[in-house]
Amino acid sequence: MFDFLTRLFSKEESSRQRAKDRLRLVLVQDRAIISPNLMEQMRVELLDVVSKYMEIDERNLEFNLERDDEAIALVASIPIRRLKRPGPGSLQ
Amino acid sequence: MPGKVIVITSGKGGVGKTTATANIGTALALLGHKVCLVDADIGLRNLDVVMGLENRIVYDLVEVIEGACKLRSALIKDKRTDNLYLLPAAQTREKDAISPEQMKALTQELVQEFEYVLMDSPAGIEHGFRNAIAGADEAIIVTTPEVSAVRDADRIIGLLEAYELYEPKLVINRIRPDMIKRGDMMNIQDVREILAIPLLGVIPDDQTIVVATNKGEPAIFNPKSKAGMAYKNIARRVKGEDVPFMALEQNGLVDKFKRMIPLPFSRRNSN
Ligand SMILES: Nc1ncnc2c1ncn2[C@@H]1O[C@H](COP(=O)(O)OP(=O)(O)O)[C@@H](O)[C@H]1O
Ligand SMILES: [Mg+2]
Repeated sequence: MFDFLTRLFSKEESSRQRAKDRLRLVLVQDRAIISPNLMEQMRVELLDVVSKYMEIDERNLEFNLERDDEAIALVASIPIRRLKRPGPGSLQ
Repeated sequence: MPGKVIVITSGKGGVGKTTATANIGTALALLGHKVCLVDADIGLRNLDVVMGLENRIVYDLVEVIEGACKLRSALIKDKRTDNLYLLPAAQTREKDAISPEQMKALTQELVQEFEYVLMDSPAGIEHGFRNAIAGADEAIIVTTPEVSAVRDADRIIGLLEAYELYEPKLVINRIRPDMIKRGDMMNIQDVREILAIPLLGVIPDDQTIVVATNKGEPAIFNPKSKAGMAYKNIARRVKGEDVPFMALEQNGLVDKFKRMIPLPFSRRNSN
C-alpha cells in the first residue's frame, strides 16, 4: 500500500512504461537494419552521381547509418578534392 | 489426411519452449489426438527429461536421418498417455549433422502417422533453428514479457516470414499478475501491440512448473497448476476451439482479453 502511494505521488515512470518505450525504439532500429550488400550498392550508386559533378576523395569517405535516441539517419560525409570545371551544359 | 507440423520457437533461450512443447503435446494427446514430440535441439537434449522419458532412449533423430535405424524404433512411447510419442534429439552430435532438407523429409514421414507433430526448436537463429522450421506448417512463438525476449521474438517473426511461415501465434509465458498490477511488468496488451501477431495463450509464472519438471511429469497432470490449466486451453485453441482466456489479469484486463480470441489454426490444406 505504501508502495502504491509513493508511486502515486512521485512522478517516476513505471518500469512497464520504460520497457515499452525502449522496446519500441529498439525495434524501429532492428527493423530498419539494411544488409551490408545493399549499403554497398547504395554507396556505389551515390558516388557515381556525385562524381559526375565533383572530384571526391574516396578514401576519406564516410557513409553510415547513425542512430540517436530518437531516430535513424543516413549520414554521408564526402570530402571534395576539386570541383569540376563547368562544362558547356552548365551555362544554360 | 496428413497431420500438421507445428514448430515451437522463440529466438531467446530459456523462455519456455520445451515446457510448452511437453504440455501442449501431452494435452493434445489427452484430447484423443495422435501426437509426436520432436526434440530438434540437437546437442542439448531436453524434452526427454521434461517428459520423464530419459531412461527409455535407444536411438535418436540423427540416427534416424542417417538411416542407422528405423523411425519406428527411435520413437519412444510416452509412459502415461496413449497416442503420445517422443523422437529424442542426439546428445553427442553437432547441430549441422543434419540439413533442413533432411528434416523436412523426416516430418513428411511423421505426418503420415501423426495428427500433430510438435517441433521443439533450439534457441538462436542459426542452423538449428532452420532445421526446426524446415518442415513446419505453422509456428508458435514463445516469449516472456521482457524487453530482450520480445525483441528476439520480433526478429524471429521476420525470419519466419522470410522462410514463408506466415501468421505465427504468440504464447506469452511467465506472466506475474502482481507485477503487472504494480506497473512493473509489461502486460499482455503491451506485448501484443508490439508484436502484432494473434495471441494463442498466456501462461502465469508458476512454481508448479518447476515441481513438474523435477518429477518429469508435465504440469497439465496437476489439477492445481494454473500454468497447466493455461496449457490445456492452448491445446484446445490449437485444435481450433474457441476457448475464452483465463482471468490471469486483474484491473479489467480480462475483458480486453476476451475480445482478442485468436483465429483458430487453419487446417492444413491437403496438397
Ligand atoms: N510458466 C513458468 N513458470 C515458472 N517457470 C517456468 C515457466 N516456464 C518455464 N519455466 C522454467 O524456465 C526454465 C526454462 O524453460 P524451458 O522450457 O527449458 O525453456 P527453453 O526450452 O525455451 O529454453 C525451466 O527451468 C522451466 O522450468
Ligand atoms: Mg529448450
